[in-house]
Amino acid sequence: MLSDSDRIFTNIYGFEGPELKAAQKRGDWDNTKDILKKGKEWIIEEMKSSGLRGRGGAGFPTGMKWSFMPKESDGRPHYLVVNADESEPGTCKDRDILRNEPHKLLEGCLIAGFAMGAHAAYIYVRGEYYNENSAMWKAIEEAYDKGLLGKNAAGTGWDFDVIMHRGAGAYICGEETALIESIEGKKGQPRNKPPFPAMAGLYSCPTTVNNVETIAVVPTILRRGGSWFAGLGLNERNAGTKLFCISGHVNQPCNVEEEMGIPLKELIEKHCGGVRGGWDNLKAVIPGGSSTPLMPKDVCDHIHMDFDSLKEVGTGLGTAGVIVMDKDTDVIQAICRLSQFYMHESCGQCTPCREGAGWLWRVMKRMVAGNATIDEIDMLYDVTKEIEGHTICALGDAAAWPVQGLIKHFRSEMEHRIVEYRKAAA
Amino acid sequence: MKKPFELHADYQPESFEFTKANKKQVEKLIALYPKGKQQSAVMPLLDLAQRQVGEEGAKAEPAYGGWIPRAAMDHIAEVLDMPEIKVYEVATFYSMYNTAPVGKYLVQLCTTTPCWLCGSDDVVNACKDHLGIGLNETTKDGLFTLMEVECLGACVNAPMVQINDDYYEDLTSDSMKELLDVLAEGLKPKIGSQKGRKASMAITGPTSLEKEAKKAGIV
Repeated sequence: MLSDSDRIFTNIYGFEGPELKAAQKRGDWDNTKDILKKGKEWIIEEMKSSGLRGRGGAGFPTGMKWSFMPKESDGRPHYLVVNADESEPGTCKDRDILRNEPHKLLEGCLIAGFAMGAHAAYIYVRGEYYNENSAMWKAIEEAYDKGLLGKNAAGTGWDFDVIMHRGAGAYICGEETALIESIEGKKGQPRNKPPFPAMAGLYSCPTTVNNVETIAVVPTILRRGGSWFAGLGLNERNAGTKLFCISGHVNQPCNVEEEMGIPLKELIEKHCGGVRGGWDNLKAVIPGGSSTPLMPKDVCDHIHMDFDSLKEVGTGLGTAGVIVMDKDTDVIQAICRLSQFYMHESCGQCTPCREGAGWLWRVMKRMVAGNATIDEIDMLYDVTKEIEGHTICALGDAAAWPVQGLIKHFRSEMEHRIVEYRKAAA
Repeated sequence: MKKPFELHADYQPESFEFTKANKKQVEKLIALYPKGKQQSAVMPLLDLAQRQVGEEGAKAEPAYGGWIPRAAMDHIAEVLDMPEIKVYEVATFYSMYNTAPVGKYLVQLCTTTPCWLCGSDDVVNACKDHLGIGLNETTKDGLFTLMEVECLGACVNAPMVQINDDYYEDLTSDSMKELLDVLAEGLKPKIGSQKGRKASMAITGPTSLEKEAKKAGIV
């Protein structure tokens, strides 16, 4: 188990207030100037050596992402955009950073912004997080008052502004180019890539979009050194600490910061009081938010919670939103509800996703009842394969994967449901 | 993204204007974005318009909640110098903009899988029974509208609902009904966990950061 001295988010539950004075006592904004003095190259190299991979779901190496930004401005401003559009079912970690650790995020914005040559950051927060948005604005005002943001931010000689932009209820705006469209005052429909945001993002200017957690861990990593962070976790590709959100059928659902690569069983038993009814009452776990395919119990018994271990078993760490289902769960209904989610959240731009996500939900509803034929399970699988990889953004993939996971691991249950339905009908 | 409410709502006021205080706010919001990029302010302005209508509605008899009349969208288009259709596009794309009147308290019930696993069906049924209305319906007194929504991002505090700006978490059918009663009386219920736990901490106490918890007097 991760020791408290290695935890970054010491106020994640809001034991203390989020305000600047308390945050500074916790170590935030401590001589930020010294970090910036070491220069852009040092910061980016240190981030690379820390092994930090993006915490928003895709797991792209953060230092490398920053290095894609043009070294010198061609006259266009550079932008840092922070993705706080947390909407992936099962995920509620960024919310705790916004409301309880806002200064970690703001300091991270200044450092990351400096490293990529940006003088402004936009934080895009989901519209429903109204109170979290207000908490951030309050923290931003405090930071301006104390000279930590604005002209010569924190005495670093670097001018830096942070602006909150509140969304209005669209999961798709968590996709980075949809998010950029949304800040520009348009519908949140993803753009074709290339050009990538680092070349032409917000207002057609070089832009990097990072998740809240990714940016908020930056100051601590740079203070304690990339090697400290890299020394935590399973290995260098799966390093550091991570906020896990464990929901569903556990005795005590909670958010907790743990070491990357912690065994799932340990995570659930140490922090959540175990699975409801005991470990043997476990049916399946969705490990990384709704998009990641579920794992049946026999995989859960030994799995480690990190990018590569989960990829090896055909799923992913995603956002580390762990959804636990016990033996009483109608797992077909659980996935069907996710299909409904993706149908609702498809932006409607690409035909395979717009039409396919709705089709998946309609067929899944019949699967829940058992009102289908066995070969329709194969057809369902085929259609997911027609959606996956055939859309501009990953929402199509995300709609396909949960259904694929269900068929892979619980096909017999689906077949059984169909047989039972026919018996009852006859 | 589609909502059961319509842009062509039966009732549409003739005109819309921001209040004096909100006009100042409009200027502030536009100033958050680079010069010439004022279109970026369309979302905050739609939100502001919805809030303004909601403030009027809270005093009306029967009461109503915040929504965005078409006249407000046209006004925003003019303020931001953008085509009206572009404002309609935004207003209808995002689920939080109400394009037709709603109740004073918009009860948004999360029923996505993590909430569903923890009993969101009970919470939905409690609301329906207690208020005597179905989803996407409004009580006769104009106080409550029920709506099913997708994941609100408070999954470890499931099941939960959002009512206007606030989250109410760790619900049961009983605490949900109580919540509705408190609101109906015009009082302000405690937001957050209805079981009294701190944020997303385990309900039995923290499993980490125990020193910090002690210092804060949590355990």
